[in-house]
Amino acid sequence: MSTHVPAGYKWWTGGKSPYNVSYGKLMMWIFLLSDTFTFGALLISYGTIRVSQNYWPDPNHVFNAFPLMGHTNLPLAFVSLMTFILIMSSVTMVLAVHEGHKRNRAGVEKWLLWTILGGSLFLSCQAWEWTHMITGSHAVLIDGQIKEIGATITQNPYGAAVPGLMHDGHQVTTPGPVGFGGFFFGITGFHGFHVFSGVCLLVLALVWTRIGKFDNLGHYEMIEKIGLYWHFVDLVWVFVFLCFYLI
Amino acid sequence: MSNEIAVQHGVIPHEVHEHHDVHHHHETFITKYVFSQDHKMIAKQFLITGIIWAIIGGLMSVLFRIQLGYPDVSLPWLEDIFGHWAKDGKIQPEFYYALGTMHGTILVFFVLTAGLSGTFANLLIPYQVGARDMASPFMNMLSYWFFVLASVIIMASLFVQTGPASGGWTVYPPLSALGDASQGSKIGMDLWLVAMAMFVVSQLLGGLNYVSTILNMRTKGMTMTRLPLTVWAILFTALLGILSFPVLFSGFILLLFDRHLGTSFYLSDIVLGGNILPNEGGSPILYQHLFWFLGHPEVYIIILPTMGLVSEVMSINARKPIFGYMAMIASMFAIALLAFLVWAHHMFVTGMNPFLGSVFVLLTLLIAVPSAIKVFNWLTTLWRGNIRFTPGMLFCVGFVSMFISGGLTGIFVGNSTLDMHLHDTYFVIAHFHIVMGVSAFMGMFAGVYHWFPKMYGRYMNNTLGYIHFWVTLVCAYVIFWPMHYEGFAGMPRRYYDYSGWESFKHFVELNRVISFAAILSFLVQLLFVYNFFYSIFKGRKVTSQNPWGANTLEWTTPIRPGHGNWPGEIPEVHRWAYDYGKDGKDFIPQTEPVGKDESTH
Repeated sequence: MSTHVPAGYKWWTGGKSPYNVSYGKLMMWIFLLSDTFTFGALLISYGTIRVSQNYWPDPNHVFNAFPLMGHTNLPLAFVSLMTFILIMSSVTMVLAVHEGHKRNRAGVEKWLLWTILGGSLFLSCQAWEWTHMITGSHAVLIDGQIKEIGATITQNPYGAAVPGLMHDGHQVTTPGPVGFGGFFFGITGFHGFHVFSGVCLLVLALVWTRIGKFDNLGHYEMIEKIGLYWHFVDLVWVFVFLCFYLI
Repeated sequence: MSNEIAVQHGVIPHEVHEHHDVHHHHETFITKYVFSQDHKMIAKQFLITGIIWAIIGGLMSVLFRIQLGYPDVSLPWLEDIFGHWAKDGKIQPEFYYALGTMHGTILVFFVLTAGLSGTFANLLIPYQVGARDMASPFMNMLSYWFFVLASVIIMASLFVQTGPASGGWTVYPPLSALGDASQGSKIGMDLWLVAMAMFVVSQLLGGLNYVSTILNMRTKGMTMTRLPLTVWAILFTALLGILSFPVLFSGFILLLFDRHLGTSFYLSDIVLGGNILPNEGGSPILYQHLFWFLGHPEVYIIILPTMGLVSEVMSINARKPIFGYMAMIASMFAIALLAFLVWAHHMFVTGMNPFLGSVFVLLTLLIAVPSAIKVFNWLTTLWRGNIRFTPGMLFCVGFVSMFISGGLTGIFVGNSTLDMHLHDTYFVIAHFHIVMGVSAFMGMFAGVYHWFPKMYGRYMNNTLGYIHFWVTLVCAYVIFWPMHYEGFAGMPRRYYDYSGWESFKHFVELNRVISFAAILSFLVQLLFVYNFFYSIFKGRKVTSQNPWGANTLEWTTPIRPGHGNWPGEIPEVHRWAYDYGKDGKDFIPQTEPVGKDESTH
C-alpha cells in the first residue's frame, strides 16, 4: 500500500480522494468523531455530578471482588483482567486487518475468531461484574434501620462508614450518592452496547470472509473499517476505566 | 498527473456510475419515487415532507396567535375540530402549551433542519461538486426514511389522549422528566424523545454522506476553493450536526433513564403533588448544558445553509462575482467554530458564575464579527450590480434585511447584563424568529425559487412569487417588530393570556395586530404551496439548459437529468464559480478552460 508520492503532490485538486482514503473509511472516521462526543457528553455529565457531591465511593473499595474468590479483597484485579482482554482483542484485530492486506482469507478468519472471543469474554466479564454489584448485599443504615442492599441505578450502598456500627462483622455505611449507580451502569452499559455491536459486526465480517465476499471484491477494506470501530471502542474503555475505576 | 503514483483516480465515481447504470434500466415506481437512492429524488422527498411539516407547524402558530390576539372570543368551530382541547370554542391552556412546544420542535428540527439541509445538501452537493450521486446513496435513502420514522412518531404524539410534549421545545427537566408533572409530560414526551432520537440518526447518516461526498468526490479540477459557497456552507452545517447532535442524544438517553428507570441525573429535592420524591443529587442545569451544546450550534445548522444559498443566488442575479469569496469561507468557519463556544448564553439566568457568564458574553459578541463580514460582503455584491429581480433574488435581499435586523438584537440578548431583563420575554421571541426563523425561510425560498427549474424542469409562477415575497416581508416585520417593545416592557413569553395582567393588558390590541399579520402571512405561504405544486405539473417549461446564466455544474446537466446526472463523462472544472461580468463576458461557466490572455480574479 505504500506508494511513493512526490513532494508537493496536490491531493485536493478533485477527481480523486484526498490522501487516498475511500469514502467508507472517511465516514467511519467521522462517525467515530461523532461518537466521541456522545461518550464525551456522558463522561463530562458524570464528572459534573460527581464533583458536586460531598462524598463519592472509593473505587478500590467498590471494585474489589473476583469470581470464585469469595470475599478476598482484590482491588481492581478483575477490571484489570477485563481491560487486558479488551486490549488483547485489539491486538488480534490488528492482526486480522494485517492478514486482510495480504488477502489471506484463512488468516483473517483465524484472527477475527480470536477477536470475537475477546469481545465476548469482555462482555461476559461485564455481565458478571454487574450481577455481582446488583445482587450484592451490603449493610446500610436507611431511616434508622440496617438494610442489606446491592448497588443499582436507584440505590447505592457505598456510602460513608457509620463509626462504630457493625452488622454481621461488616462495617455499616450510610447510603452513597445515587448518581453513582446511574452513571456507572449507564455509561458502562452504553459502552458494553458498543462492544456488543462490534461483536455482531465481527461475526458478520467473519461470515462474509468465509463465503468469499472480500476475495470477490478484491480487498478486505470492510475488515479495516470494523477494525477502526473496534479500536475506538477499546479506546473509549480506557477513558471509562480511568473515570470509574482509577479516579 | 504523473503515472508513477497509483492514486485511486476516479475509482469511486466510476463505481457509483456503473452501479447506477445497472439499476437505471429496471426502475419501478417503488425504487424511483419511494425508496429512491437518487440524490435528486431524495432532495424532493425532503422538500415536500418539509413543506407538509411547515404547514402543520405554521397552522399551530395560527391557533395560538388566535388565543393571544382574541383571548376573550369564543370560536365554536375550534371545538368542532379539536374537541375537549378547545372546550367552549376556547383554546385550553394545555392545548396552548402543546401548540407552542410542537410549533418550535417542528419548525426548528423538522422544517429548518431536515427540510432545509436535507433538500439542498442532497440536491446541490452531487450537482455542484460534479458527482454522479452521494458517496453512499443507500445511506442517503436511510437518512430520509429515518426522518420519516421520526415524523410518523412525532405526528402520532399529536393524537394521544394526553397530548404531545408541552414543556417548551427545549423540554427542560424536571417538567419533562416527571410523567406526573403535567399532561404533556406523559406518553407525548416519550414519543417526542424517541422521535428526536430517530431524527439524530437521520442527521448523522445524512451528515456523514455530505462531508465525505464533498471531500472525496469532487470532479477533476474542483479544488476546495473552487467550490460554490453553497457547498462550503453545507460542509460546515454537516460538521456542526455531526459534532453536536450526539451530545443532545446523550442528554436524551439520561432523560429517558430519569423518566423510566428512577435514576437521578437531572432530579433532586423535588416535591410533586405533595409527595417528596426520592431522587437526589441530580442537576436540571446539567440537562440545559447538554441541550444547548446542541441547541446553539443548531441555530447555525439552520442559518448556514441559507447563507450559502443566498450567496450563490445573489451573485448569479447581481451578475457579479460574490464579494470576498475567501472571507465568506473564513467567516463561515469562524461562525462554525464559535457556535460550539457560546451555548451558555442561553443560561445566563440559571445562577451561573458571573465570571463564566462574561466569558460567554465575549465569545457570543465575537460572532458579530464574521456575521458582519458576511453582511458587508452581500451588500458589496449587490453594490453596482446588474440586478435581476427574480423572486429568488428578492428573497435573498429579504434575507439580508432580516439577518441585519435580527442580528443587531442578538447583541442585546448576548449581553448578560441586558439579558437579565430580556430573558424569556417577547424580545427574545422577536430576536430569534427574525434572525433564524424568517431569515432562514427567506433563504430557503430563495433556494426553492432558484433551483425549482433544476428540480422539476419547470418554472414557478413569478407573479405569485412577488406577492409571496412582499406580503411575507411586510408581515414578518409587522409580527416581530412590535414584539421588541413588548419584550422591553417585560412581557414574558409562553403566557396563556395577557389580558388579566395589569402590566401587560395594554398590549392586547397590539397582540391583535400581530395575530392578524401572523394569520395573513400563513395564508400567503399557502399561496406559495399552491404555486409550488401547481408549477410541478403545469408550470412554464424550462427550454434552455442554463436558464439563469449560472456558472456552476448543475446547469451543465440535461434539463431533466437521469440517475447519474451527466449522460456522458463528468465535466472537468477549470475555474471558480463566480466569473460573472468578467473581461466583458456576462458569465463564464466553471467548465470553460482559462484563456491565455484572461485576467486572474
